Amino acid sequence: MPSPFEYAPAPESRAVVDIKPSYGLFINGEFVDGHGASFKTISPATEEVLAEIAEADEADVDAAVRAARTAYDKVWSRLPGRERAKYLYRIARIIQERSRELAVLESLDNGKPIKESRDVDVPIVAAHFFYYAGWADKLEYAGHGADPRALGVAAQVIPWNFPLLMLAWKIAPALACGNTVVLKPAETTPLTALLFAEICQQADLPPGVVNIVTGAGGTGQALVGHPGVDKVAFTGSTAVGKAIARSVAGTSKRVTLELGGKAANIVFDDAPIDQAVEGIVDGIFFNQGHVCCAGSRLLVQESIAEDLLERLKARMSTLRMGDPLDKNTDIGAINSGEQLKRIRELSEVGDAEGAERWEVACELPTKGFWFPPTLFTGVSQAHRIAREEIFGPVLSVLTFRTPAEALEKANNTPYGLSAGVWTEKGSLILKMASSLRAGVVWANTFNKFDPTSPFGGYKESGYGREGGRHGLEAYLK
Amino acid sequence: MTPSNARIDVRKTYKLYIGGAFPRSESGYSYEVLDSKGKFVANAALASRKDARDAVTAARKAFGGWSGRTAYNRAQILYRIAEVMEDRRPQFVQAVSQSEGLSAAKAGGVVDEAIDRLVWYAGWADKITQVVGNANPVAGPYFNLSTPEPTGVVAVLAPQASSLLGLVSVVAPVIVTGNTTVVVSSYDRPLPAVTFAEVLATSDVPGGVVNLLTGSAATVGPWLAAHMDVNAIDLTGVAGDTALATDLEVAAADNLKRVRRAPAAEPDWSLDQGLEPMTAFLETKTVWHPIGV
Repeated sequence: MPSPFEYAPAPESRAVVDIKPSYGLFINGEFVDGHGASFKTISPATEEVLAEIAEADEADVDAAVRAARTAYDKVWSRLPGRERAKYLYRIARIIQERSRELAVLESLDNGKPIKESRDVDVPIVAAHFFYYAGWADKLEYAGHGADPRALGVAAQVIPWNFPLLMLAWKIAPALACGNTVVLKPAETTPLTALLFAEICQQADLPPGVVNIVTGAGGTGQALVGHPGVDKVAFTGSTAVGKAIARSVAGTSKRVTLELGGKAANIVFDDAPIDQAVEGIVDGIFFNQGHVCCAGSRLLVQESIAEDLLERLKARMSTLRMGDPLDKNTDIGAINSGEQLKRIRELSEVGDAEGAERWEVACELPTKGFWFPPTLFTGVSQAHRIAREEIFGPVLSVLTFRTPAEALEKANNTPYGLSAGVWTEKGSLILKMASSLRAGVVWANTFNKFDPTSPFGGYKESGYGREGGRHGLEAYLK
Repeated sequence: MTPSNARIDVRKTYKLYIGGAFPRSESGYSYEVLDSKGKFVANAALASRKDARDAVTAARKAFGGWSGRTAYNRAQILYRIAEVMEDRRPQFVQAVSQSEGLSAAKAGGVVDEAIDRLVWYAGWADKITQVVGNANPVAGPYFNLSTPEPTGVVAVLAPQASSLLGLVSVVAPVIVTGNTTVVVSSYDRPLPAVTFAEVLATSDVPGGVVNLLTGSAATVGPWLAAHMDVNAIDLTGVAGDTALATDLEVAAADNLKRVRRAPAAEPDWSLDQGLEPMTAFLETKTVWHPIGV
């Protein structure tokens, strides 16, 4: 691809991180050996092995849950809210202090561009702890009853797309409300959670308040199914979310689920067009499209479709794909070989069903997992690429003529996590927002996150909200 | 007799805090500050009418920037004040002990409470809107949202007895929401307030957000109460003086200042003060917008 600009490589230094050859589980304030088979975590950009990670078996999970229970009974539930707050403030401050280290480690283990881990993930992580720290001594003001109380031990299972951010969304409100936690990071991205364990040690957080168990699906099942947990919080696929909902049936465990999405990003003919193009790009290519709320279905008003697509393709052609640690990189690596396979398969289904594929012509690195920014036109609502979550940098483009048609198409999905609306007309934004069956609606922007703002889905995108005053409800009775 | 080889300590000049600087009173007046046993400690600046007017000008100048900061940023700055206070804890314990005649242990408890109160208010910066604002389900196709906004420049007559905890308890709720303030400290016990101002000056609080005058609420209060560029006044510092409080309320009526009235007696500052110290200095703004294609 000819480009008027050539960028010199601008890699962020790896020297700031100190990756150990192997990591244990973090139980009761200490790193201990796991009893399952260990596994390797790799850099998806190079397939370089980063570290050997312990796998928690059922006995390890049991030990972690017991540690959390003891910490809850003996320490954490007895601590006044304002003292709990101070631990959370300490954690927030240490995250700010060690922000570059966390950002580099996240990009190494996950494959996301350093500019995202550095400017989005890590700052929001610190802000999330800061925000919920402030709730710890104000729970009676939160509108969840006069005497809100903690649930007990929370089992938390998080995905690989925003490893540290999802950890913050789970742990900060849980601790603020007085719960203790056992958290399982995703199999492919355990490293920042383990560094977070060190941060808990630096903050002198009482042992057992936060426990981190690494492993794959089996570890997660053991944790969610453990009779000693009072609360299950899961972020991940809708299929696993449904399995969790079934597994807790008949128990008293409280559950929140933040699952998949197939968000419509709706562009009307009066939209600020260049701003909309940026929003579409941000909506689907942010974090390689590994975003549950990604704007993966572009609904564009027919009259401007041709012009918009031309501008969109031109913009996509300027995206820089490559080394996640390079400060100029826009698109990093796909997180795993398994995920790359799924993106390829669904894209091939798109070809087979008659949609027209267009992808950015760029050279892919020979090692690691890569998929170029791609869009499909001529997509109908029946196509699988319009219905199923691809969870990759693949945009399906559909058109509409009237607001009513846009609404019908946008809501024609089992999901309901997010949506986008682009128009200069305020009343239309609000009309669309009030009729869209989605938990978050972005107007003339996309993929915005803030600790004060609740996030979560309608329908099969899960239930419960994370963030904001509403996010406390999941951890209080 | 002082042994000839003893080191003579360097004493601090206690000054006003206006617009981020520490000037003496423009009047050149000062007054003797005594400790709880009646022993001379220092000369504090005696704020004049002109000092009060300068302070209001500084507070007004700072209002746009401070109220325009994100709530998250204000939260972090208030928390930073608490961090720096904790770091200078021994100095505050000594100052409170000297001013209020408390044992070191009791003064320590008061300082801890003052630091914790700042932390408490820090957390409110990005939560008060979520607790006192809301969407209103009006009977029509309209989006309708009410949110709190800071009133503006708030004059605060700080408590006379509680020189630090009381001061923090009336200043933090005013600034956390984005107001700026002119504070008149306790007359007899002004020194912890000056030390607090030194903490503010090194805690990322922009100059002019808090302006601190040492002196008499009875002298300076009326000028602030009558000042047409002051939006609100907290009369806590004249608790129990009904006649003066009434005069100040009358003067405040000229531009309909929001008045936080003087209590009959100084409150028990160890208790949770609730939301009222913040909501007293907030306006509610309601925005309507039609919904429809």
